Amino acid sequence: MIANVAVALARLISGANVRWLGCPPDARQRVYFANHTSNLDTVVLWAALPPEARAQTRPVAARDYWTIGKLRPYLAKRIFNAVLIERKKVTAHDNPVEQMLAALAENCSLIIFPEGGRQSGPALAPFKSGLYHLARKRADVELVPVLIDNLNRILPKGELLPVPLLSSISFGTPIRLEENETRAAFLERARQAIERLRQT
Amino acid sequence: MKLKLDQQTVWLVGGVIGFLVISTGIGMWMAARNSNEADQAAIKNLNARIRAWWVMVLVFGLALLTGGTGSVLLFGLTSFLALREFITLTPTKLSDHRSLFWAFFIITPLQYCLVAARWYGLFVVLIPVYAFLFIPIRSVIEGDCDRFLERTAKIQWALMICVYCVSHAPALLSLEIPGYEGQNGKLLFFFVLVVQMSDVLQYVWGKLLGKRRIAPQVSPNKTWAGFIGGIISATLLGTALWWATPFSPWQAAGMSLAITLMGFGGGLVMSAIKRDRGVKDYGNLIVGHGGVMDRIDSICFAAPVFFHLTRFFFT
Repeated sequence: MIANVAVALARLISGANVRWLGCPPDARQRVYFANHTSNLDTVVLWAALPPEARAQTRPVAARDYWTIGKLRPYLAKRIFNAVLIERKKVTAHDNPVEQMLAALAENCSLIIFPEGGRQSGPALAPFKSGLYHLARKRADVELVPVLIDNLNRILPKGELLPVPLLSSISFGTPIRLEENETRAAFLERARQAIERLRQT
Repeated sequence: MKLKLDQQTVWLVGGVIGFLVISTGIGMWMAARNSNEADQAAIKNLNARIRAWWVMVLVFGLALLTGGTGSVLLFGLTSFLALREFITLTPTKLSDHRSLFWAFFIITPLQYCLVAARWYGLFVVLIPVYAFLFIPIRSVIEGDCDRFLERTAKIQWALMICVYCVSHAPALLSLEIPGYEGQNGKLLFFFVLVVQMSDVLQYVWGKLLGKRRIAPQVSPNKTWAGFIGGIISATLLGTALWWATPFSPWQAAGMSLAITLMGFGGGLVMSAIKRDRGVKDYGNLIVGHGGVMDRIDSICFAAPVFFHLTRFFFT
């Protein structure tokens, strides 16, 4: 029930125009990787998925942010079923990639923001390497680039109150790791895949 | 604001519903008869437009039935949605965030509160004077001088068009016209009907006879035949409805002509902004029509002129 309210609220605030440009809106196992400019990104992207896909899609989010206070842990755990990862002190025992692989092993889809944090402008920062490791170890899972546009104007980094503009969410063509492709080349190509959605 | 539901109102509403029934019938007949691929798309769009008209007429009718409050709320919401579409298309910067918050959540509701409170003196100056001065002050606090005048002008323009101009339509309900007390609902109905029918008739005449484009760089769909046919037929319609207004037939004709010409101008101006931004529609909320702004562009320009003409000559 609360999840439905969250979805309706997210759609109302973001006025999101959802475009499936490169893949159909279905529930197959995927890693959705998107640009990150606003605290609303997670919930708006999650709300854009069809209900059956939403039920098995887990956002990957920063533990340092989502464990503060009462509301955030509740949302992360009960509503989004988030995979909370360590951003700062990554160790062998506390490794984000292992956690994501574990979630994928349970047939879940993931939402990740490979820039590793919110950006202040629309330009994409270089990607962290997690996406590469997922691509290498789970070649069977589709990696779908997602462009979230205009949310940085609705709720920019550092602001508390949203302004109700219209946003758009574009799902692109899935990419995969090519043979002999280096980590840097793959990550740059993934970044370009999101950037290209701006032109369509 | 109490509004009377009299015999004339019933005639107006009945006429519109009858017109919609006939249009729906024609639309269905055209869809069934025509198998040409290219025409099918146009007919599909026509039928989507007609269906959207049913919804819009229903919403507007219900709002009028509740008397003043419902109409003010409806136009307030319309302004809010139009402003949302407009600002989305307008490049502002992150440093404008707080100013935009004021525009959406303080200034817009306040303007409509003034309409509901019938506070004419403040209603006419709130946005052109006070918002005009306040918005740049709120923006300058952020300390970002990049394109400052341009950004400020865009926000002010958006407020003027989407909020200030539109709010003159429900403000018609507060005019005190001698001998027409309690009947202002019909005046608002007359206004919206003539403006919107002018758009519809321009579209119809354009589709039937239109060849030569009137402003090819601005709006490829507007033709001379659409313009002349639409303006004349909508003016005749407005004239024929004089009995529901405080006007004589000749006055109703003059008013209708003013409304339709302003509406046409509004459509062109708002198109120019769309072309400049490289989009076809302001949004996709109303299927077949585009966004809210696409539907009310003519109201934005016609409402203040109609309001002041009526206020000056009839109150």
